[in-house]
Amino acid sequence: MIEIKGLTKKYGQFTALDDLNLTLDEGTVFGFVGANGAGKSTTFLIVSTLLQPTSGDVIINGVSVREKPADIRKLIGYMPDFFGVYDQLKADEYLDFYGASYGIPEEDRKKLIPQLLELVNLSHKRDSYVDLLSRGMKQRLCLARCLIHDPKVLILDEPASGLDPRARIEMRDILKTLKGMGKTILISSHILPELAEMCDEIGVIDNGKLIAHGSVAEIQKKLQGEKMITVRLAAQSAEAISFFEEQPFVTSIEKLEGDEGVSFIYRGEEAEQIDMLKQAILNDLPILSFMEHVTNLEDVFMEITKGAD
Amino acid sequence: MNFTNPVLFKELKLRFRSFKGFNGILFFLLAMCIFVFGYIFLTVNLTGTSYFKPSQSFVLFAFLSYIQLGLVLFTAPGLTAGSISSEREKQTLPILLTTSQSSFQIISGKMLSSVAFLLMLIVAGLPVYSLVFLFGGISPGDFVKIFLFLFVTLLAIGSIGVMFSTLIRRTVVSMIATYGMMLFLSVVTGFLFIIVIQMKAFNHMGTPVTSPSYLGQFLASINPAVLFATFLSPELNRSITEMTKINFPIWAGYLIFYGIVTALALFIAVKKLRVNMKRLK
Repeated sequence: MIEIKGLTKKYGQFTALDDLNLTLDEGTVFGFVGANGAGKSTTFLIVSTLLQPTSGDVIINGVSVREKPADIRKLIGYMPDFFGVYDQLKADEYLDFYGASYGIPEEDRKKLIPQLLELVNLSHKRDSYVDLLSRGMKQRLCLARCLIHDPKVLILDEPASGLDPRARIEMRDILKTLKGMGKTILISSHILPELAEMCDEIGVIDNGKLIAHGSVAEIQKKLQGEKMITVRLAAQSAEAISFFEEQPFVTSIEKLEGDEGVSFIYRGEEAEQIDMLKQAILNDLPILSFMEHVTNLEDVFMEITKGAD
Repeated sequence: MNFTNPVLFKELKLRFRSFKGFNGILFFLLAMCIFVFGYIFLTVNLTGTSYFKPSQSFVLFAFLSYIQLGLVLFTAPGLTAGSISSEREKQTLPILLTTSQSSFQIISGKMLSSVAFLLMLIVAGLPVYSLVFLFGGISPGDFVKIFLFLFVTLLAIGSIGVMFSTLIRRTVVSMIATYGMMLFLSVVTGFLFIIVIQMKAFNHMGTPVTSPSYLGQFLASINPAVLFATFLSPELNRSITEMTKINFPIWAGYLIFYGIVTALALFIAVKKLRVNMKRLK
């Protein structure tokens, strides 16, 4: 469905995007994760035919962005991270203008616009001027605008940025609906746990390079070589502390604050971890719980991008 | 011309929804009325006659024609020089550029909406303008000729404004560039024409020169004020021919030059609106 081949964008000596290669199947929801200036928006601008790449190409449904940008525009719906709206235009007129811009006949637009407003929960605002809508409403209206020509691919650059928690949840629900409609979605966000919830695949980009790509589980697995373990004890025991200190794959051991127990970083294999726990129990250590911390996407992102400089 | 141009319809809708459009027409008509009725009142009172002579009617027509020309020259840049750059500043341009509309549709929509507004101003002033017919002295042919060339000038200045608006990111800078170009075409070329003709008239020995002055003819042909003067005073046409030693109608040169300027400016605007994805950078 989407094939990004050797995409590079340079501004003089600065490389904003460095040989990006990516293949996404139809119906995939792909989350682009990266710090500000990492290259997410640059990628989206090139895919949306708004920015000329230095080299490389993007193929969507067999159509090259370089060769046939006009055909690509029919296939995509693009929502920029920052966008403006026209003053003195009502919500339904806003959608009507973009519907006409995609060559949709007036009769079809009349049927389509109420459906789209309903999808984004803005039916009650159809006669409101768009510049008077709240930011969350504008974002939803812009999303409806992206859908007016029924594109196969949605490119959403930070769709939830600047929204309050309620608006974020509303946006997330709409995106889930779109996922259910089988759209291929490219989405970037700083709210990483939100991406984890709705994305099939994640790509981590840093300094213009794609440094990790795969399912959320696959990326988390990359960090499995190092995990944080917390052991709670019924009573503070010097014997227990010295037991864990002596273990071969344990480092950075610390006493728990305000509680009996220790926490440490473990770098061993799973089999050795099982043996360590077995030995602790056989040694009659007063263990209440033995807990491995689940690394969330924020941890994964921080860990992956840590050494990328 | 595409009558289903979405940008054109949107622009017209927005323009007429705002008070700015209404105020523009109101103040323009008010100024026209004050001028026309003031002129008639003063002429009748100062001459001590109770009638208005056809020759005075012609002077009024000439003044009104220059007012219309001034309106076109000073309003067209203001209406068109922000057409694309203001979309860029309001962050609405990227979305517009990802729609299926061709670059030509977008540029022509922007251009025609501004031209339509100015045409409406001119048409709204027609009843006041046509008051001169009441007193005679003007042929309908003069009237049509003046309006036709006003339209040509409007298209040319409008397309220059749209071109600068596409090439320059900021509206203020684009406005300055368009007004600069307008002043060059309408004022500087007039001065240059006078200088060139004076320099060509006599050589350094003080004897008259008989060779044709192509530059002088060109400068006269591209100056809107000179063109209007030749319409209002046909003898001037003969004087320019004698000065430049070239017998080519000023209006024809004007039409050719501004036809090329309009086409070129629109071509550049269309080409530069979107990035060229095919070319490697």
